[in-house]
Amino acid sequence: MTKELIRLSDCKVAFDGDVVLDNINLYINDKEFLTLLGPSGCGKTTTLRIIGGFLKPDSGDVFFDGARINDVPPHKRLVNTIFQKYALFTHLNVFENVAFGLRVARPDDKKIDKHEISHRVIEMLEVVSLKGFEKRDVSSLSGGQQQRVAIARALVNKPKVLLLDEPLGALDMRLRKDMQNELKQIQQSTGITFVYVTHDQEEALAMSDTVVVMEGGVIQQIGTPEDIYNEPKNAFVADFIGESNIVDGIMRSDGVVEIFGRKFKCLDSGFEPMEPVDVVIRPEDIDIVSPGKGKLTGTITGITFRGVMYDIIVDFHGFKWLIQTTDLCQVGTEIGIQIDPDGIHIMKKSRFSGMYGDYSSYSAEYDDIGDAEHEYEPEDEDEA
Amino acid sequence: MTGMTRRPGFFGRGYNFLILFFLYAPIFVLIAFSFNSSRSRSVWTGFTFDWYKSLVQDESIMNAFYTTIIIAILSAVIATIAGTFAAVGFFSMRKKWRTPLLHINNIPMMNADIVTGVSLAMLFVALGSLLRVNFFGFATILIAHITFNIPYVILSIMPKLRQIDSNLVDAACDLGCTWMKAFWKVIVPEIMPGIINGLIIAFTLSVDDFVISYFTAGGNVMTLPMKIFAMTRRRISPEINALSTILFLTVLAMLIIINVREARQEERLKQSQLMLNR
Repeated sequence: MTKELIRLSDCKVAFDGDVVLDNINLYINDKEFLTLLGPSGCGKTTTLRIIGGFLKPDSGDVFFDGARINDVPPHKRLVNTIFQKYALFTHLNVFENVAFGLRVARPDDKKIDKHEISHRVIEMLEVVSLKGFEKRDVSSLSGGQQQRVAIARALVNKPKVLLLDEPLGALDMRLRKDMQNELKQIQQSTGITFVYVTHDQEEALAMSDTVVVMEGGVIQQIGTPEDIYNEPKNAFVADFIGESNIVDGIMRSDGVVEIFGRKFKCLDSGFEPMEPVDVVIRPEDIDIVSPGKGKLTGTITGITFRGVMYDIIVDFHGFKWLIQTTDLCQVGTEIGIQIDPDGIHIMKKSRFSGMYGDYSSYSAEYDDIGDAEHEYEPEDEDEA
Repeated sequence: MTGMTRRPGFFGRGYNFLILFFLYAPIFVLIAFSFNSSRSRSVWTGFTFDWYKSLVQDESIMNAFYTTIIIAILSAVIATIAGTFAAVGFFSMRKKWRTPLLHINNIPMMNADIVTGVSLAMLFVALGSLLRVNFFGFATILIAHITFNIPYVILSIMPKLRQIDSNLVDAACDLGCTWMKAFWKVIVPEIMPGIINGLIIAFTLSVDDFVISYFTAGGNVMTLPMKIFAMTRRRISPEINALSTILFLTVLAMLIIINVREARQEERLKQSQLMLNR
């Protein structure tokens, strides 16, 4: 299970002097579902294009199964890609789209005979539930169906690695959830290594074995979805993955951190005594108690109903926190809070310190605008 | 939206009719008199095909006709091949280079035909005296026609290239094609409608051209438009009407084909975009 398949070592890419990837080091194991996660322009698509062979790194090496493949062109790599807008061949029907890779004889393969091509294409169309669509024009298919053709067209070649570049970006919410499950299932049943690019953190957490969080052409953190969520390395990761309150703290000793002059127990250690740190507290890890009983006391300034729970904004000494609770509260009420030691996560100070994790300007509306920006901004700089 | 577009009233319609009348009346007179049985250009004396028959019997006219067709086919095919490669080349350039080069490509189309014709003639004269041969004739007309056709071919292919998915070549390479194979198996079929439009436009322009042919032909070869011009200078005969009618109908047919094709392609594009959003 843990055999290394792909390795990028010290990969650097710059377009017209702008550094897009800054010394990327990454290995991908066989049969792994690895996700490159980050906002637009973070370098995730560039990384994918290096693995696919569409882009050569300016410096650094790419290895596949131990062999250096920097100069191996895409058509000789045992890798197939599902592109952002599918890139289907509109002059061919569904069957011919899927058969395309089988009809192009690769230099190392023998030519595949007609019966086998037909057999494999039909079998693959069955896997993606498009049986009976063979003769259809691809431009007459819906977005979801075109997506399935793209999946079949890639998988029919039995690649060792499948690269997926925001494959669900164009689909609506409902269809996206269904396709997430389906892709995960296909990955597990075929045992193909998936390298998946997305800006959607929920998608990344739900599907991946390993998540690679990127920002500014640099890998910020690599870990399992649980690690990334529970133990973010810096303020950027903590903010990008889920909601977080990030406050300044001082490490008093192993297991004790001071926030707003109060000491809290935590599970982190290994910091210098009195070291300034960033403290992450997830909104769901905060318990609301009566004002006298809490470690900190604050005033509720805003409430948003979210269905399962309420998002409430609480003002502590001018710093606004987001707390998620199922209790009904009133704006203007004073509350106390308790945080269990495992609800506190300590991070070293980084260049992202102070940039994220304050909910002063938070409103439901603001949140939606922020999401929309992520949704529709294509990664232009990666396409240059 | 419907409130914005008002149907034209009586005066509006009358004005439209007047414009169309002035545009097409001369051509209809020409066509009508190409079937007139007398040599008169003012009195209708009866219906006849005689002028068309005498066209076919006139060897010099038939020669001009064959020259025109052969030059049109050859120049359209060669310009289409060259223009296709050029368009793909332009398209894969960075925007910084592509935009100015496309503007340069547009200039010859706006340039006055007489300037293009004279400058090509000068070039051929210069080349001829340098190589000590006079190669004015079929070859020079052909080269001239290829030259003025290429920009139009490029212009008709560029929009098709813009429509194709930017990852299409990558997808073909990903599935095992070399770049050259991807070009033939994916790019060419995807832009084929544009290539065919370009071919028809080039053919039409070549058949239609008089000025540039006139300056680059030398003394021995004549295209059909040149022949018509020469005939009007000697004597005005109804054969000219017949010949002009044939030329007009040929170009008209080509234009109809081009427009129908473009309308169909647009319709198909609209439909596929509609599907994608479902």
